[in-house]
Amino acid sequence: MSFRFRLWVFLVGAAGFAVLFAVACFGLPAFGSGHHPYGVRAVRASLNHHTANVIASVNFDLRAFDTLGEETILFAAVLGAVVLLRQTQDERRKTPEPAVVHPRVRRFALLTLPLALLVGLYVIAHGQISPGGGFQGGVVTATALHLLYVASDYRALERVRPLTVYEIGEAAGEAAYVVTGFAAVLAGSAFLANVLPFGTLATLSSGGTVPLLNAAIGLEVASGVVVLLARFLDQAVEIEEPGEDEESGDPREIEKPRESQGPGKPRESEEPRGCGRPKESEGPEASGASRDDDNRDDKRE
Amino acid sequence: MTVLPYLVAGWIFLIGVYGLVTSRNLIHAVGCLAVTQSSTYVLLLAVGYRNGGTAPVFSDAPTDSRVVDPVVQALALTDIVVGATVTALLLALVLQLRKRHGTVDPDALSELKG
Repeated sequence: MSFRFRLWVFLVGAAGFAVLFAVACFGLPAFGSGHHPYGVRAVRASLNHHTANVIASVNFDLRAFDTLGEETILFAAVLGAVVLLRQTQDERRKTPEPAVVHPRVRRFALLTLPLALLVGLYVIAHGQISPGGGFQGGVVTATALHLLYVASDYRALERVRPLTVYEIGEAAGEAAYVVTGFAAVLAGSAFLANVLPFGTLATLSSGGTVPLLNAAIGLEVASGVVVLLARFLDQAVEIEEPGEDEESGDPREIEKPRESQGPGKPRESEEPRGCGRPKESEGPEASGASRDDDNRDDKRE
Repeated sequence: MTVLPYLVAGWIFLIGVYGLVTSRNLIHAVGCLAVTQSSTYVLLLAVGYRNGGTAPVFSDAPTDSRVVDPVVQALALTDIVVGATVTALLLALVLQLRKRHGTVDPDALSELKG
C-alpha cells in the first residue's frame, strides 16, 4: 500500500468518523449537566462503606473484580516484556562503565530519593482517604528508586535492586489480591466482597478491604515497574549486540576483576559479569558463575 | 449547551490516528497510539464533569457536596494503567524488531519480509 493511498484511506475514514462523532456529541448529555445516576449511586455506596475516596471505592470495592482483571493485564504485560527483552544467545553483557555525574545532580537526586520514596508509600497507604492509591503510589515508589541511577550509575542501582526480590514481589502482589478475595468467600460472602469492618470515615483504617487491596496493588505495580524498567535499562546499558563489543568494550574493564580471582577460571564464565542477577535462560552452572561475579564485584568495591 | 470538550476528544483521537498512519518510525507510532488513547481520557472526564463539582474525595469535604462522577474517573485510571502496559509491551516488541530486522521503519519491514 503506497503512502498516498494510505493517506487517502485515512482521510476518508477520518472524515466519516468526524461527522458521526460530531453528530453523536450533540446527542450526549450536555457537558457539566447534573444527571449522573451511576455517579450518585457510587458516591452513596462509597459513603456507606466509609471510604472517603470514591474512586478507590469504585476500583477496589464496587469494581474490585474488574481491578483484578486490570492487575492481571499489568502482570501479563510485564511478563511479556521480560520474555521479549531477555538476553538472546548471540548477545553478551558488558559491565556498564561508571558515569561522571555532576555534583549538583547527584545531590539533588540523593535528596529527592528518600522524599519520593516516602511520597510513594504515603500515596499507597492513603489511597482510601485521599487521591491516589496503589497504582499511582506504586509508580512513584518504583521511579523513586531509579533516582539512584540519576545520582550515581547503573551498578549502584543494581546493588540496591535485587531483581529476583521484585519479581517475587510482583507475583506476591497479584497473589495477595486473589487471597483477599478468597478470604471474603471464607468469611461467608462473595469473592472480593468488602467484609472487614468499615472503620471511621476519613481515617487510615477506614474502607474495609480497600486499603488491603490498595497495598496489594501498590506492591505489584511498584515491583512490576521496577522489573520492567530494569529490562529496558539492561537493553540500553548492559546488553550489546554481536559485533558491537570490539569497538565499545573497554578491555581494562574486562581484565580488572580477573587479577583478584586467580588463574585457571574458564573464560566462558566471564561473560555474564556485572549482570547483578543470574540469568534464567542459562543452566545452573552459568548462573552460579554470575553470582560469583557478583560477590567479587562487591568485594572489589 | 456546549459540546467543545467532546469535540476536543475526537480531535485528539484523529490527530493520533493521523500520526499512526503517516508514521515512518515504530517508536513514533507507539507514541501516536498513546496520543490516540489519551483522547479517551478526555472523553471520559468530559462525560463525568458536573458544573461546580469538586473531586469525589470526602476526606475534607462535606459528604453532601456536589462532586463530579467518580465512575468515569475510575475508568480513566484503568485506561491509563492499561495504556502504560501496552506501551511498554509495544516498545519491547519494537526493540526486538530492530534487532531482528535492523530497522524501525514499518514500510521497510514489509519489504524485508516479502
